[in-house]
Amino acid sequence: MLVLALVLIPTIANDFFLVQIFAQAAILGLIALSLMLLGGWGGIVSLSQMSVAGLAGYTLAILGQSSMSQSLGSNSWLAAAAALAVALIVGFGIGLLVGRTRGIYTIMITLAIGVAVFYLANQNYAIFNGFTGYSGIAAPHVLGVDLRAPLPFYVLCVSLALMGWAGVAALGRSSFGKALIATRDCERRAAAIGFHVGRHRLVAHTIAGLLAGLGGILLVWFNGRISPGTIGVGPMIDILIIAVIGGMSRPSGAFLGAFVFVLLRTFAIDLVDPERFNTLIGLVFLVIVLTSRDGLLGLLGKLSKPERRKMSPRLKTLEREETS
Amino acid sequence: MSLFILTFLNGMTLAALYFLVAAGFSLIFGLMRNVNLAHGSFFLLGGYIGFEAAAASGSWLLGVAAGFFAIALVGMALQVTVFRWLAGQELRQTLVTIAISVIAADLMLAAWGAQSYQFDMPEIFWGALDLPGLDLRYSRYRLFILLVAVVIGVALWLILNKSRLGLMIRAGVDNREMLEATGINVQAVFVLTFGLGAGLAGLAGVIGGTALSLSPGEDLRYLLASLVVVIVGGMGSVGGAALGAILVGLADSFGLAYSPTYGVVYTFVLMIAILTWRPQGLLGRA
Repeated sequence: MLVLALVLIPTIANDFFLVQIFAQAAILGLIALSLMLLGGWGGIVSLSQMSVAGLAGYTLAILGQSSMSQSLGSNSWLAAAAALAVALIVGFGIGLLVGRTRGIYTIMITLAIGVAVFYLANQNYAIFNGFTGYSGIAAPHVLGVDLRAPLPFYVLCVSLALMGWAGVAALGRSSFGKALIATRDCERRAAAIGFHVGRHRLVAHTIAGLLAGLGGILLVWFNGRISPGTIGVGPMIDILIIAVIGGMSRPSGAFLGAFVFVLLRTFAIDLVDPERFNTLIGLVFLVIVLTSRDGLLGLLGKLSKPERRKMSPRLKTLEREETS
Repeated sequence: MSLFILTFLNGMTLAALYFLVAAGFSLIFGLMRNVNLAHGSFFLLGGYIGFEAAAASGSWLLGVAAGFFAIALVGMALQVTVFRWLAGQELRQTLVTIAISVIAADLMLAAWGAQSYQFDMPEIFWGALDLPGLDLRYSRYRLFILLVAVVIGVALWLILNKSRLGLMIRAGVDNREMLEATGINVQAVFVLTFGLGAGLAGLAGVIGGTALSLSPGEDLRYLLASLVVVIVGGMGSVGGAALGAILVGLADSFGLAYSPTYGVVYTFVLMIAILTWRPQGLLGRA
């Protein structure tokens, strides 16, 4: 039904909605999906997924074509493939770094990693072009179709988002996913029955890196530019906000959160002072965290089946202390 | 040589500032397991309030006091209204404090704008001091920061290790339930500790704002500094915060002096090295 709706949307929605709302929600949703995979199933809440996406975006900008002289100007697809490879490697690297940490320590360290990446991009001119970053990056043509045009870009973003969604959902049903969820629920027991907890987490980080990298590439094509501001603390926190307000128990939460976030950011301007968007989203975030353990998914679940409280226990385990 | 000594002194005074902010962060985490990611907002808000108080009263010292006490009150209020109800739910606490810091940053931007503020410091701190035995002059105010950090560090150590409150705090760090069982009002200890930790961040806001300046974004900078300091030094001890602050301050300062473009990378490499070698931090307990 959802796929049908997504197919029908272009017939009624104008270009602004297709690109600014749906495509943007699909892109941010993909990056948040990578956090959902780590956080919801792996119990690893990472703030550096935006940095992974950003590094992929930078790779695309540096290797591909932009209006900056630093860009090497190679083929867009080659650059995109390299960007995905970089995202995989960075995801793997972050997995190695934070592998021995748990819970809130992971949050703190990934925050520190993300900020370090931001400062590096901001201060380095040779590779990252410092504060200015790269602009004039455009999506390529495929078989004569200009991916820059609203409808093709919508189709590209939404189909990749659906693939990511289906992929993560399938992963959750696979033996790897079950094992990952087991390591989240009780690391010791999972280890005791023979799972290599560290390796499962590392694989989860790497797959999450791929998803974030995909989102990062689309984000650069969407914005046409990338600069340190794209990967600053604000956007890093935005991804966390998206994943949390949507709900981290299922892949759909990431896209639900992204959709709500984009709607708020686009239309809240009419309701409140545009300068105060952060106060609004902060308040929404606060209220959702305080009222639901599983974001909007949790609230919807409570509404539809009040007698069955199946959603919440999943995230409870996230909060269990390492001491247990 | 003189560049080296200057860089060293800059690093130490930066460390002093980091210590003031991170000590409170570490204390709050150590006792209550509360990860307060709004700690940087405490720093900036303390600085702004101190600035207003100093501008209104004409006294810098009153500004420092205002920064400390106002933020101590804010911290206590936060403990009573938020953290108390989320005990043991670390992830939600973290998320709530992130929400608070996002809102606080935006409201502070609305109230004080994007420009940077500079304090008028008392005359006694103007100029530089000749360093005995070295052919070098160094800012009086920065030496004063170093002194403040040492005094507060020693005071904190004495409170934690020699006073009854400290006894309760340390007992709470080790075993919260047991302390509760002995009939001590743990909630009161929590409120006091939260107030003290938050107040230190507010105080650092005024002192740091005088040395550098206050502007939006500084909240994140000091939050990050606190995080790295406690990751490096280890959570929950004054010594850990001090050691972490010194290492991070020196890494920052030497990085900036000898390779400006990659200054931040030194801090990062330091953190990675510590993490792989001792994930709990240098002085942290496993």
